[in-house]
Amino acid sequence: MTTLLWGVLPYVTFVLLVAGLFWRHRYDRFGWTTRSSQVYESRLLNIASPAFHYGILFVLVGHVVGLFVPESWTGTVGVSEHTYHLFSLYGGTAAGLVTVGGIALLLYRRRTRAPVFRATTANDKAMYVVLVAAIVLGMVAKLTHSSGDGYDYRQSIAPWARSLFTLSPDTDLMAGVPVLYQVHALIGMALIALVPYTRLVHMFSAPVQYLFRPYLVYRSRDPRQLGPRPERRGWEKTDA
Amino acid sequence: MRPMAQIAMVMNLDKCIGCHTCSVTCKQAWTNRRGMEYVWFNNVETRPGQGYPRRYEDQERWRGGWELNRRGALKLKAGGRIRKLAGIFSNPELPEIKDYYEPWTYDYKNLTDAPLGDDFPVAQPISQLDGKPMKIEWSANWDDNLAGAPAYGDFDPMAERARRHASDKVRFEFEQTFMFYLPRICEHCLNPSCVASCPSGAMYKRAEDGIVLVDQDQCRGWRMCVTGCPYKKVYFNHRTGKAEKCTLCYPRVEVGLPTVCSETCVGRLRYLGVVLYDADRVTAAASVRSERDLYEAQLGVFLDPEDAGVRHACDAAGIPYDWVEAARRSPVHALISKYRVALPLHPEYRTMPMVWYIPPLSPVVDALSETGHDGEDAGNLFGAIDSLRIPLEYLAEMFTAGDIGPVRSSLEKLAAMRAHMRAINLGEEPDPSVPDAVGMQAREIEEMYRLLAIAKYEDRYVIPTAAVADARRLEESALPEGCSLDYDGGPGMGGDGPFGQDSGRKLLPLVPVENFHLLRRRQTADDTADTTPTADATAEPEEA
Repeated sequence: MTTLLWGVLPYVTFVLLVAGLFWRHRYDRFGWTTRSSQVYESRLLNIASPAFHYGILFVLVGHVVGLFVPESWTGTVGVSEHTYHLFSLYGGTAAGLVTVGGIALLLYRRRTRAPVFRATTANDKAMYVVLVAAIVLGMVAKLTHSSGDGYDYRQSIAPWARSLFTLSPDTDLMAGVPVLYQVHALIGMALIALVPYTRLVHMFSAPVQYLFRPYLVYRSRDPRQLGPRPERRGWEKTDA
Repeated sequence: MRPMAQIAMVMNLDKCIGCHTCSVTCKQAWTNRRGMEYVWFNNVETRPGQGYPRRYEDQERWRGGWELNRRGALKLKAGGRIRKLAGIFSNPELPEIKDYYEPWTYDYKNLTDAPLGDDFPVAQPISQLDGKPMKIEWSANWDDNLAGAPAYGDFDPMAERARRHASDKVRFEFEQTFMFYLPRICEHCLNPSCVASCPSGAMYKRAEDGIVLVDQDQCRGWRMCVTGCPYKKVYFNHRTGKAEKCTLCYPRVEVGLPTVCSETCVGRLRYLGVVLYDADRVTAAASVRSERDLYEAQLGVFLDPEDAGVRHACDAAGIPYDWVEAARRSPVHALISKYRVALPLHPEYRTMPMVWYIPPLSPVVDALSETGHDGEDAGNLFGAIDSLRIPLEYLAEMFTAGDIGPVRSSLEKLAAMRAHMRAINLGEEPDPSVPDAVGMQAREIEEMYRLLAIAKYEDRYVIPTAAVADARRLEESALPEGCSLDYDGGPGMGGDGPFGQDSGRKLLPLVPVENFHLLRRRQTADDTADTTPTADATAEPEEA
């Protein structure tokens, strides 16, 4: 069971993520969008959406630091475990609260504004369940283990996460982890696997290149468009 | 010099009768789809009026177009690159659908299915956004023909600006003074701020003909283009989550046909043709200090196709011969640069728009005739153009950033044309002082008359086809494309997608397929319930 959860599932998640992204890019570039609902309702979104997105970006940075910066590194810089814990507790909780507040307002808006709710697909609803569960459980796990120096996940979860990337998953490290953290990790993996198949895919089109390209874009006609075009599906000619 | 070609349009506002045929045919051709119910790539506004979307010209609110920064360089009014990315999670300057209008349909079914009763059944308006009964309060032409002008007229941003200069006496009669129609499409600007605003780089200007388009596969729905366009002519498809805009009917233009709006224009007021311009001079022209110099600056960007040096440069730049020839015969070039009667719409946005307008003289003639004067007498007209200050100032706010000089000059040329041609038609000796007064020759005036009043189809639309330059390549393309062994099951085995037959991305035309099924259902179904345009197969049913 331990091997399945912490040795196999992470790789399944990774494959689903990468294959999904490739599939989406190859076959559904037209559907790759934020599907913004701002034209329906702008006032609440202008508050809630930046709150949620900036919050979740900060949370993401926190996860990257927590999981991929070993304790020994922070130790060398002179950050004690206690300082680190306090920083992660207060910083993380603040960011988490902003995120939760943002998504709560977004969900409230989505449910109460009729055009927005009408534009919500079943796929979106499933995604929201997983997303909210991941965020809330993460906060719950952190806050229930916050007394004293808190739970030191940098001794267990972080090395396990790093061991995944060296292709030698140390699943035993995860065996003794508190259940709440385990559930959070599992839902987190579900969320990662869902990204390419939901609207969350828009996170992979962060337009960083905008900073470097010239303002005006010119394109020339594709010379391949001049010749015979491939027949449309369902309209192929017969040989007769 | 870096010459480029642009397909541009001129509209003669004198001839627009506000019939909306251009809007309707455009709608049928391009935006008759779900998600685009509120979108009119072409719309006709009554001016004075708020326009569509409401008060779109108020750039202090909507932040469209360019402005100069402290160093005198161009910057996007809605903020530069860093600010765009930092604010990408919401866009406070984005108009909501209700700023355009809430689209609706009617509950037609009730007319036939209502139970027998004392009252006549009615078709209730149903919102196409939330599917609920709604009260219609605004639409694309709610203030058509100055409807509601006493209540709404004050909201016209251009009227506000013109009023600042107008006297108290006329202030209260503004709405009764004059009126004209303004058909608007995308301006296909030389310095498009929508393209500059797109974080994804999905919007582009075609190098061959200057048409500005949205790459639907690359658009990620960040909505910055909607804000960036000061004319609000990029729209957000709320169903697909992608930006869409006027395409200048490029599939028609490429084969030498005029756009749908031009082709169907009842008043025959639209002109299409090639304009050559120097791409190197665009930025400098767009950043001249004074807004009132922008009109002249843009004229300075255009190249004269009669100039041998220009033709040589065009040849070197790869502009096909027939395009340069088309530029020589271009009615657009003639009206803009030769006769100088066409003016750009809102040059102060610094986008270098390429749909220009001949200001309407008719309101002046009408006002003159109503007072018992001869509305086509040159002396009367010249005097009236100046004494009817408001039309002149209002038009100047629209076309020259408030400088009445070019508007007056354009109207005077039109007035001179009327007087001169009337004399000819009545068999009188034309007064040579009339053309002289506007700095034209009698021959030029008669040519302009032919272009503006006779307006033959082949004079109005001089559109070189896209493919002529590629004719050689087209010849080669008659040969089969790719390897002859590359068939299904053949040695090449490249016939199918990776997951077998019918898999993969075979340019599946999503929208036509969907429309096809929708139309078929609508035509064959006995019950109208599941074929209303808003019924969404993927959406969840509304909870009661």
